[in-house]
Amino acid sequence: MNQPTTLFDKIWDAHVVKAMNDGPDAVFIDRHFIHEVTSPQAFDGLRKRGIGVFNIARTTATADHNVPTKDQHLPIKEALSRHQVETLRKNCTDFGIELYDLGHPFQGIVHIIGPELGLTLPGMTIVCGDSHTSTHGALGNVAFGIGTSEVEQVLATQCILQYKPKRMRININGQLGKGVTSKDIILYVIAQISASGATGYFVEYAGDTIRGLSMEARMTICNMSIEMGARGGLIAPDETTFEYIRGRRFAPQGEAFDQAVERWRELKTDDGAEFDMELNYRAEDIGPMITYGTNPGMGIAVDSHVPNLSEIPQSELASYTKSLAYMGLEPGMELIGKPVDYVFIGSCTNARIEDLRTVAEFVKGKTKAEGVEVWIVPGSVQVSNQAKAEGLDRVFIDAGFELREPGCSACLGMNEDKVPAGKYCISTSNRNFEGRQGQGARTFLASPIMAAAAAVTGKVTDVRELV
Amino acid sequence: MSKETMHKLVSTAAPLPIENIDTDQIIPARFLKATTREGFGDNLFRDWRYTTDNTPKADFVLNNPIYAGAKILVAGKNFGMGSSREHAAWAIHDYGFKVVISSFFADIFRNNALNNFVLPAQVSDEFLAEIFKAIEADSQTQITVDLVNQEIVLENGLKESFAINAYKKQCLMNGYDDIDYLLSLSSEVKKFDLAHTNF
Ligand code: SF4
Repeated sequence: MNQPTTLFDKIWDAHVVKAMNDGPDAVFIDRHFIHEVTSPQAFDGLRKRGIGVFNIARTTATADHNVPTKDQHLPIKEALSRHQVETLRKNCTDFGIELYDLGHPFQGIVHIIGPELGLTLPGMTIVCGDSHTSTHGALGNVAFGIGTSEVEQVLATQCILQYKPKRMRININGQLGKGVTSKDIILYVIAQISASGATGYFVEYAGDTIRGLSMEARMTICNMSIEMGARGGLIAPDETTFEYIRGRRFAPQGEAFDQAVERWRELKTDDGAEFDMELNYRAEDIGPMITYGTNPGMGIAVDSHVPNLSEIPQSELASYTKSLAYMGLEPGMELIGKPVDYVFIGSCTNARIEDLRTVAEFVKGKTKAEGVEVWIVPGSVQVSNQAKAEGLDRVFIDAGFELREPGCSACLGMNEDKVPAGKYCISTSNRNFEGRQGQGARTFLASPIMAAAAAVTGKVTDVRELV
Repeated sequence: MSKETMHKLVSTAAPLPIENIDTDQIIPARFLKATTREGFGDNLFRDWRYTTDNTPKADFVLNNPIYAGAKILVAGKNFGMGSSREHAAWAIHDYGFKVVISSFFADIFRNNALNNFVLPAQVSDEFLAEIFKAIEADSQTQITVDLVNQEIVLENGLKESFAINAYKKQCLMNGYDDIDYLLSLSSEVKKFDLAHTNF
């Protein structure tokens, strides 16, 4: 009998074109997503070498990071942003790549449209010049972010030279409490193991809590794998996965789908397979989470308090103090009741239709607190259209929220949507780094429903008191 | 890209004893709008280096003339966490750093650095502390980074070896890049391409 193997190893090994002695593996890539920010220099490289794209059918492009989320039908106002999007257009035309440009019904944040269109499937290897490529792993594939030199490699050769990461399994078992979501699970895990705790690893998430989650909720978890340093995260596919994929635009259809499902059922970690590290958590221990600092590992249960100086190891004191000074917070303080200025519900972490439904259900009949600016930014045109078809747009508008057009928006402080210096934003995105949402902006990361609660109260709120 | 190579470097170093320096600090997102690789050095650590009205912050290490010309950046643990933006490695390279020393590097940053002829040299927490001490005692202290022997040597004689994969070491020493190698596999890759169509 074969040695028991992890799902990660099975997928990786099936894609190794050539292993180098004491060197990296040349790994075949099934699906390559590109966007305007990390691709232009890669295309330049191809031109300099005088070569084309290895297989255009495996590459899909969209514009998401550097686009406005208002008036997308008009030319982009900011010259550099416009130039970057135009460069993507030109590159896709010159090299023959399918582009879901602004105005296209499939446009959206790259990690949202892949699964949504059925381009992301179980068993694949997937890369993109963006660290949150880990999102796709929720469908049971090996997906990870790469740099621009590597984007060029994949365009040119459909392969990437890569060292195989170590394996980690994180098991979550038990019943989630009221108001606790998959975002809280992942913020909790990162707070436990720190922002570098999984560096060098590829993570498989398992356990009955994970099994009980919807596909969207699983994507939120895999999305933030990189926030603990992991190369990627994946979840073995099951009936939830297959039902999610069924009928999607580019997924196998009819008989081909049934045959694919038969193969996908094999995609799981064998009993007895060994992981380099294994961690176990109980869902009952997890409460609604919020971050207080400037890396995603600095998270606490919302009813807890910012750590006191005595709780911080000596070696981390300088970074800790710097972080709190940036955030304008004091050691030991509680965050509940802290006023917020902005609420951002969006990003590849939490801008899928289920996130919008959760928020709409919560705010129905309520209105936003005075002085708070609330942005809802759907992750894709399809999410946006679906939200409108379900009447969620009315709920948001009645509550005083602003419903914008799809894009990365205020997740990264690159496009027009930025949080002003010194202002507090409760955000459903994945990073709270200094200046991430704009120069001097102060970010609290939380789940969509926690963000919605803050929107109606105007301050950090324990959502359990409102549901 | 011009073929750069690296064997042994002797230089002063700029100290940045902060942990968890993320790629948004190394190069803030608003500078990612360029479509070429050049010119990112001016915006390296932009928001730590300059105030919002573009005045240099006197207390930031890169604005301190005593560290001018340093080819080595020494930084706290977990350097380069966050985004996959290769712009971070371009900015470090464009500014003039050839080596970053830390006691821990984020994965994607490590790859990006190596792909741009910036050596991420990982040392122990203790040795990192020794390096910071040596720089504090004498800002002009010369640090030797010997890629061939995989060793960092301080002026006071303290040294520590660092790990680097044999393949990547050859790439740095000879100016190879991965695409040349991968292109040589293309007939095997074509077979994979045909075999991996039916999901
Ligand atoms: S939404 Fe944010 S994290 Fe996701 S791809 Fe866009 S910028 Fe990156």
